[in-house]
Amino acid sequence: MASSHQASGIQAGRLAAADIADNFGDLHPAYDAHEAAVAADRCYFCYDAPCMTACPTSIDIPQFIREIQAGHPSSAAKTILDQNILGGMCARVCPTETLCEEACVREAAEGKPVEIGRLQRFATDTLMEKDVHPYSRAASTGKKVAVVGAGPAGLSAAHRLAMLGHDVVVYDAKSKAGGLNEFGIAAYKSTENFAAREVDWLLKIGGITMDYGKKLGAELSLDELKADFDAVFLSIGLAGVNSLRAAGEDKDGVRDAVDFIEELRQATDLSALPVGRNVVVIGGGMTAVDAAVQSKLLGAENVTIAYRRDREAMGASRFEQDLAASKGVTLMFNVMPKAIHGNGAAAEIELEYTQVEDGRVRGTGETVRLAAEQVYKAIGQSLEGQPEAVELEGGKIMVDATGRTSVANVWAGGDCASGGEDLTVTAVAEGRDAAMDIHTSLMG
Amino acid sequence: MADLTTEFLGIKSPNPFWLASAPPTDKEYNVRRAFEAGWGGVVWKTLGSEGPPVVNVNGPRYGAIFGTDRRLLGLNNIELITDRSLEINLEEITRVKKDYPDRAVIVSIMVPCEEEAWKAILPKVEATGADGIELNFGCPHGMAERGMGAAVGQVPEYIQMVTEWCKKYYSKPVIVKLTPNITDVRFPARAAKNGGGDAVSLINTINSIVSVDLDQMAPEPTVAGKGTHGGYCGPAVKPIAMNMVAEIARCPETHDLPISAIGGVTTWKDAAEFMALGAGNVQVCTAAMTYGFNVVKEMISGLSNWMDEKGYTSTQDFIGMAVPNVTDWQYLDLNFIAKAKINQDDCISCGRCFAACEDTSHQAIEMSADRVFTVKDDECVACNLCVNVCPIEGCITMEEVPAGQIDERTGKVVSDEYANWTTHPNNPSATAAE
Repeated sequence: MASSHQASGIQAGRLAAADIADNFGDLHPAYDAHEAAVAADRCYFCYDAPCMTACPTSIDIPQFIREIQAGHPSSAAKTILDQNILGGMCARVCPTETLCEEACVREAAEGKPVEIGRLQRFATDTLMEKDVHPYSRAASTGKKVAVVGAGPAGLSAAHRLAMLGHDVVVYDAKSKAGGLNEFGIAAYKSTENFAAREVDWLLKIGGITMDYGKKLGAELSLDELKADFDAVFLSIGLAGVNSLRAAGEDKDGVRDAVDFIEELRQATDLSALPVGRNVVVIGGGMTAVDAAVQSKLLGAENVTIAYRRDREAMGASRFEQDLAASKGVTLMFNVMPKAIHGNGAAAEIELEYTQVEDGRVRGTGETVRLAAEQVYKAIGQSLEGQPEAVELEGGKIMVDATGRTSVANVWAGGDCASGGEDLTVTAVAEGRDAAMDIHTSLMG
Repeated sequence: MADLTTEFLGIKSPNPFWLASAPPTDKEYNVRRAFEAGWGGVVWKTLGSEGPPVVNVNGPRYGAIFGTDRRLLGLNNIELITDRSLEINLEEITRVKKDYPDRAVIVSIMVPCEEEAWKAILPKVEATGADGIELNFGCPHGMAERGMGAAVGQVPEYIQMVTEWCKKYYSKPVIVKLTPNITDVRFPARAAKNGGGDAVSLINTINSIVSVDLDQMAPEPTVAGKGTHGGYCGPAVKPIAMNMVAEIARCPETHDLPISAIGGVTTWKDAAEFMALGAGNVQVCTAAMTYGFNVVKEMISGLSNWMDEKGYTSTQDFIGMAVPNVTDWQYLDLNFIAKAKINQDDCISCGRCFAACEDTSHQAIEMSADRVFTVKDDECVACNLCVNVCPIEGCITMEEVPAGQIDERTGKVVSDEYANWTTHPNNPSATAAE
């Protein structure tokens, strides 16, 4: 028997298993063939298309949509994957509303863009369902490349390097590949174990050895990697989580949002996952939205996102904000955490209202208290465990346009590297481009 | 609300929308439903001679061309004339006409090209009380192989001969239905007139293969692995039909010959266009076969609204009004100068006009780094392609350059005098204007 929204404290089973399964179904259900044909027909095949320019991986969007129109979605998938080997996941998690679909001329014309993300998913799903891997490896170059971190950047680099004939070893600290795709994204964006299936599909290229449970700075050292391999690609992500700097942060029930999301993503039975009656998420990015929405979907009664600036400044897109609101999450703007109250465990959070002066957030002195048995910190992640030898820039590994770090034969990409937004699609582009530069460098 | 009552060859119908001779008019049951829905008249599906009726294939009879969202744009068929007995059809026609005296009932006929065959059937048709007959000289498949349908319609002498027989053995109006599968539709139209025909109706369907099944490697519709050419109709054929109607309407020999227009009429506007080009009424088939008989309701309300807006009180007010403006290319005014103009407020920067003009036309559109598209007046020949490819209706317009201004492309002052190819200095056979 489910315990209901109103049950006090932190409880599992607030909703019946069937309701939870419903809640965590696909956010954007897949198109069937007719829906895809109708959606594809809305594309104008723009000249020098703005959507393509807006895509960090520069997918030839008009071309792939035309291939769907003409009835060969497998070619469309190839067009996508040529530029973005994780095109299947990007179709699910890309904030298309701020990328390709924002640039779509039909967005300007009628506020209703071509649904590029869903069309991309239709194409890539069609190909992957056939269990076809449309790429093969070039003749062996005899070169070996180490990739540290099996997230989007690492997988993208590994695939491109393997395709070009290099032998690749991908290391990851965890016991599973995928990085944030596997551990860090809301479940309703990657249903039916998609992240893992995509990795399996990607590895069909061959020439990639996965080595799990190896962490840089522990089981691995950059010096050894440099000695054992012809090139090293670092894609270690951002392992650290910023702290609140609010009193009572150490109380039970206060936790990093990324840990909650990871636990949820790896859970075999969501109805067994405990969630508070009152949940407050601190932050304004996609992670904050993912944590808040999923808390609500698990059955929390009151879920609030508390963000210290205004709506416009929020990192999560308007689509994500509206998604949260539609699930019943309350969005509070211009508040910051001051203290967490409770006897050992969190019971209330005290928020202070803020105003922004000259770009800096300051408290106004006025406070408000919300019930909160759970407080999730989603105020950003930071680089952790990077090798000492590499130079940093703005808290990230400094790289040039092709991903080269300050250390010879060492490249980096993804969230851990400077430049670009912290998006899956950006990571894929950086991994791919670094791979091309590694190839040029090794074969030069 | 405008009165849509139309008189065609003295046959009155409450509106100009008739159902063409085709499957929708094959039976009493369908025709009664059509009249209840509001159709002004029907041309009953073609009757053949007495005796065992024709048989149809038992596989697919139709193939189609689709647009967005499976919107049916063109239909093709390999169905023959009625496969029900003459007697049953005649009985049904008699009953229906008796019950619907205010609607037009025309009987389509196709019998062998022998006087006896026509002499035998016509009195029987006359006895039904139907308002007239339509001679099916158009069916392009099956029947043509047996020396009927288009096989007659492609030989003007046969058209004239059979029309004469019909006028001899039948007292009411005779409409001659023409096939488009010829080179110049004016010849069969003249033959119909010379034979005494009261009107022509056109077009019948166009010889076509709509698609090929690339697995079976056979045309569609495919019957046991084989296909044959069928008759093409629907919205896709309307431009071809309109040209043929206009050619007959503006030909000095046939301009007074009444025309019942057929070919892709789907909405009121299609009908208004055909009628502006000289048709006294229209016949519809594909729209009814696609959407059912209720499509006539929009045709009625649409035509009526438009007539009210224009102040027309009768269909006679606008029938043929566009005919004087259909001319030969050689008479088009070469001194008329226009330039494309892109309305920047409406432009969504898709760049289709640029791609079309730059790749395939006159390189007359400029694209800026921030995707602003503008027309280069010194290159624009006003071809209209940009207007046609622009997804936003009204965003690109053709603006006339007034007389007295300079055409930046030629550097010449625009003249307000009419001048056409017949007098142009580049024309080797020009007749001097002086």
